Amino acid sequence: MDSPTPTVAGDVKRHRLSTRLWHWANALLLYTLFASGLGIFNAHPRLYWGQYGANLDHAWLTLARFPGWITLPGHYSLALSRHWHLAAAPLFAFALLAYMLWSLANRHIARDLAFRRGELAPRHVWQDIKNHARLRFPTGQAALRYNVLQKASYIGVIFVALPLVILTGLTMSPGMNAAWPWLLDLFGGRQSARSIHFITAFALVAFFLVHILMVVLAGPLNEVRSMITGRYRVPEDRP
Amino acid sequence: MILTRRHLLLGATATLAGCDRLARNETFREALFSAENFHKWAQRGLMAPDALAREFRPDQISPVFRANGTANPNTPAYKALWRNGFADWRLQVGGLVARDLSLSLSQLRALPHREQITRHDCVEGWSAIGKWRGVRLKTILDGAGLRSSARYIVFRCADDMGGGRPYYESIDLADAFHPQTILAFALNDRPLSVANGAPLRLRVERQLGYKQAKYLMGIEAVDSLAAIGKGKGGFWEDHADYDWYAGI
Repeated sequence: MDSPTPTVAGDVKRHRLSTRLWHWANALLLYTLFASGLGIFNAHPRLYWGQYGANLDHAWLTLARFPGWITLPGHYSLALSRHWHLAAAPLFAFALLAYMLWSLANRHIARDLAFRRGELAPRHVWQDIKNHARLRFPTGQAALRYNVLQKASYIGVIFVALPLVILTGLTMSPGMNAAWPWLLDLFGGRQSARSIHFITAFALVAFFLVHILMVVLAGPLNEVRSMITGRYRVPEDRP
Repeated sequence: MILTRRHLLLGATATLAGCDRLARNETFREALFSAENFHKWAQRGLMAPDALAREFRPDQISPVFRANGTANPNTPAYKALWRNGFADWRLQVGGLVARDLSLSLSQLRALPHREQITRHDCVEGWSAIGKWRGVRLKTILDGAGLRSSARYIVFRCADDMGGGRPYYESIDLADAFHPQTILAFALNDRPLSVANGAPLRLRVERQLGYKQAKYLMGIEAVDSLAAIGKGKGGFWEDHADYDWYAGI
């Protein structure tokens, strides 16, 4: 680099309290929801499209039961899995709503998540993909901003995947179907909604795995510390 | 820091063991189970009292309506009723009512009917669409004259899930008087089969499958569920920790 960007000395304030609180609450709630969700799925490990689907109907996916080490509870209990799932679900949904409103108010969305001019240009995106592939992570001031792939995945999770998993979850309820019949029409029927709920849950797991991988590659102690305390040590510019 | 599969497995197992232990703690268990109250409160708040479950077109009916739970009560008493084409069967209506009733199948068939093509959502996750015909529960309750102290309607069934523990279910008055809450004697234009609950079963369309009690023998109006079974309002509620409010 010919003209080095001004280096920030030592620690800087990186993550807001709202982001840190939501991040860790979410980690706990998503874990609970996923593990108990697998327990619920084990009661009927088949997926269908359309309005109805039972054993004699065509399933697009048939799985064996998920093993006890990954389900909540560890033994098969549909009732207990449902208690965990249905207790965590409203907390998770209202936490997302609160985070969205809070992030709108403190301008986190506008400042950190919204794409900036030129960021979505194919050349810029391609450069970011190449940097990721070479594991060249930004240093100096640039490390304080989300890059375009990061923004895209965070926007996708916060505004697409999480609302989708919540709304398809609501349509699993016969009571909610009577209250909001339009919601089920949106997803093409009860069994389609159940399939989308399942697919979205696994898309979130895929995000989690990549997210963890990126944290490990970018320096796990500094990254995790910044998500706990908010302070972040800016990586020095490469020579 | 290297996370191996082994570490992840050990971590997950430790977390799960912790969660399992937590779920055995009585206070935590109560908190976990009280989510049911939130869901009931939220749903009743969001929907109009008479909000209907979706009704479908005849071409949307499932090719096979799956039967679940007890496929045949198989008790001597039930077999005797079945052999006679349920001619000797009576639905007993009692409890907190002005007059006890004892209704034969032909008397029920002679009452005004309702027909509805609805989706049955099993708690396990599968669903089936079927066409039900039956008498509104309201018609029966109005005929018997519900007393003002009545809070719940309890349904007594002929089966015991093979364990000698009689199947029963209960709903509150909000669902009992709902237009789609019927006592069904026909499925897909045929008399109910034994597997699907002959001669009469309950349909509470805004709740899950386990509330749709089969093999009805009696209806009782009560002011509290505490003295019935283990006091949780139903067979699955008593013996397997299922939620009493099955709207989700």
